[in-house]
Amino acid sequence: MTGDPNSTQDNLQDIRLGHADRGFVGKIIRLDALVTGSSLSPQELEQRLVEMGFVEGARVEILHEGTIRRDPIAVRVDNITIALRRSEAMAVIVE
Amino acid sequence: MTTASLRLALVGAPNTGKTSLFNSLTGSRQKVANYPGVTVERKSGGFVTPEGRSVTVLDLPGTYSLRGRSPDEEITRDIVLGRFDGEAVPDLVLCVADATNLRLTLRLVLELKRVGRPMMLVLNMIDIARRRGVTIDLERMSQELGLPIVTSVAVRKGGVDELLKRTDEFLARSHEAAASQWTTPTIADLKAAQREADRIIAAAVTLPTKPDTLTNRIDSVVLHPVGGLVILAVILFVMFQAVFTWAQPAMELLSDGFSALGQLIHDVMPEGWGLLQSFLQNGLISGVGSVIVFLPQIIIIFLFILLLEDFGYMARAAFLMDRIMGGAGLHGRAFIPLLSSFACAIPGIMATRVIDNRRDRLTTILIAPLMTCSARIPVYTLIISAFVPATTVWGFVNLQGLVMFGLYAAGITSALTVSAIAKFFLWRDHAPAPFMLELPDYKMPRLKSIAIGVFTRAKMFLYRAGTTILSMMVLIWFLASFPTAPAGAEGPAINYSFAAMIGHALEPLLRPIGFNWQIAVALIPGMAAREVAVAALGTVYSIEGGKEAADQIGQVLAQKWTLATALSLLVWYIFAPQCASTLAVIRRETGGAKWMVVTFIYMLALAYVASFLTFNLAQALGLH
Ligand SMILES: Nc1nc2c(ncn2[C@@H]2O[C@H](COP(=O)(O)OP(=O)(O)OP(=O)(O)O)[C@@H](O)[C@H]2O)c(=O)[nH]1
Ligand SMILES: [Mg+2]
Repeated sequence: MTGDPNSTQDNLQDIRLGHADRGFVGKIIRLDALVTGSSLSPQELEQRLVEMGFVEGARVEILHEGTIRRDPIAVRVDNITIALRRSEAMAVIVE
Repeated sequence: MTTASLRLALVGAPNTGKTSLFNSLTGSRQKVANYPGVTVERKSGGFVTPEGRSVTVLDLPGTYSLRGRSPDEEITRDIVLGRFDGEAVPDLVLCVADATNLRLTLRLVLELKRVGRPMMLVLNMIDIARRRGVTIDLERMSQELGLPIVTSVAVRKGGVDELLKRTDEFLARSHEAAASQWTTPTIADLKAAQREADRIIAAAVTLPTKPDTLTNRIDSVVLHPVGGLVILAVILFVMFQAVFTWAQPAMELLSDGFSALGQLIHDVMPEGWGLLQSFLQNGLISGVGSVIVFLPQIIIIFLFILLLEDFGYMARAAFLMDRIMGGAGLHGRAFIPLLSSFACAIPGIMATRVIDNRRDRLTTILIAPLMTCSARIPVYTLIISAFVPATTVWGFVNLQGLVMFGLYAAGITSALTVSAIAKFFLWRDHAPAPFMLELPDYKMPRLKSIAIGVFTRAKMFLYRAGTTILSMMVLIWFLASFPTAPAGAEGPAINYSFAAMIGHALEPLLRPIGFNWQIAVALIPGMAAREVAVAALGTVYSIEGGKEAADQIGQVLAQKWTLATALSLLVWYIFAPQCASTLAVIRRETGGAKWMVVTFIYMLALAYVASFLTFNLAQALGLH
């Protein structure tokens, strides 16, 4: 259900949440856990993200970012706030 | 309670108020706080419903799904599925949801439905939802889910009345439990369930046009990349200053009280009752009393921690510290267990159950005892007040508080260093685990729950003083008083006692780090609990000083020890594994003696080396 690992540029407006800046507001297009810097397996990472409410169509907004390398980030997913590292947020494709 | 009593289980996403409900139903006082992952054990309690049914209710760790990816979530899964040893499957599952935040719990509800147990949905925190203008069409939601729904306010009097009533109604009917169709959900299952949950929410819930922005406004200050770290440092700094300055008057009062009591006993006791008098004055008052004096400090530190926990700051602190912790090879969720270890390493080690990866969990358990627990406060304070002048530096900082802050910082730094070293040597190939944590909305700390929390801690402290510490003191008093000095002996009688023999036997081992025999005597019973060392020193010096030793222990130490010895003992207490209960919990939580032995040895080695360096450096600098 996720694309091949090299296709990170499906659509010009689509970006990975892990690259987005503070203040970014968008919608989740899909999850693609194959090419992230996370230590979790793609399967496990995707499962956890879904468990925390990162599913297609959800509205996301980056509210805050950490001090060192702007990591981690606090993301508003619909109406809850989740803190996560950018390496895991790479799996979330947003527009 | 009979076997016929009905079994309820509280299940739900983390931080939805399950424990608050449990407390309110059963009248218990289990720990409640505003961050995910507070409850990590199964807790059982009983109550009788208005119609007289006796019910057993289980409080369970919060979970986002029944997958069970960490030890705490496994408990919940096993209970719900009836796989838990010695625990029958619940007759009724109360699924608890935070009414302001339904998405994740509703998905869990859909998953729970597949298990087939009779179930009721409890929309808790309905007070907050109403205040924000969230309206929920309960009938519609109940129809969509095919479940009875009840609202509750777990933290308000009468807030669970409806839940009780509906539970009675529910239990009056007979319910057929369906066979479980639960299988570990796949990603596609989860997504489908989330879509269904979102659909139900869209149909039944109207959100206010103006969402809650208070949390957001506070966060933009508290989580500011620079300002946030400054605030965190200031909070910790104020906390340790307060431990010294605010507690001072109350401590003086207590300590004067104990001195007066000792004097009174001395004056009132008839001659010839010397032994009993010595026991009361030296063993009880100088020993146990010297520990009780620290009660105000314990209260203040817990007050701070409880306020931060209830307000919702803990998860924010974890956010701010994540990179630093990750740099030291720690799991993102290690922060809260480590912060809880400031109170006591035991709940801290228990709290590591929220960590899913075994290696990450082990590392956190290994370093948790290095965080400065409240039992070290008496030791630190005693030595600091005896050797550090209470002057003000830089215009507003209490020097004693500053030293205390330094000791805490030393504990934290050493914990991070040990973790980094462990990672480098043991688990080099192990990539850092991810950090994913819900940041709950801030809540106004509730006076009553804070008061109960502080009271419980104070009671525990006094209970320990009255049991562990008291029994150790009786032993020490005995060892320090017998055998009595032979007739015509010179010097204090204690020099002829068992205590002196033991102390002198150990002294050669401890001399390189600057400890005298009196400290050696205090260290052994100090294994039972760190505060015992303070009490032991109190008793030993008080017996040694004879009848006129009405001096407070701090003044005695200032005369008898060099600064080098005092510093060495402070450093010893940063590292030394001086707590039998912590070691026992490590053994239980890691499932074997191996890691307990590892912890003991590494901490002891660190303590000895660090004290050795401190003592010799201090001597070389001429600090006598
Ligand atoms: N205003 C309000 N606050 C509540 C209510 N119920 C719980 N709280 C608060 O919500 C927070 C979480 O409560 P807990 O009972 O610890 O939640 P829990 O579900 O046991 O959490 P975990 O053990 O982490 O899964 C605490 O700060 C409570 O004081 C409620 O009905 N109204
Ligand atoms: Mg709980």
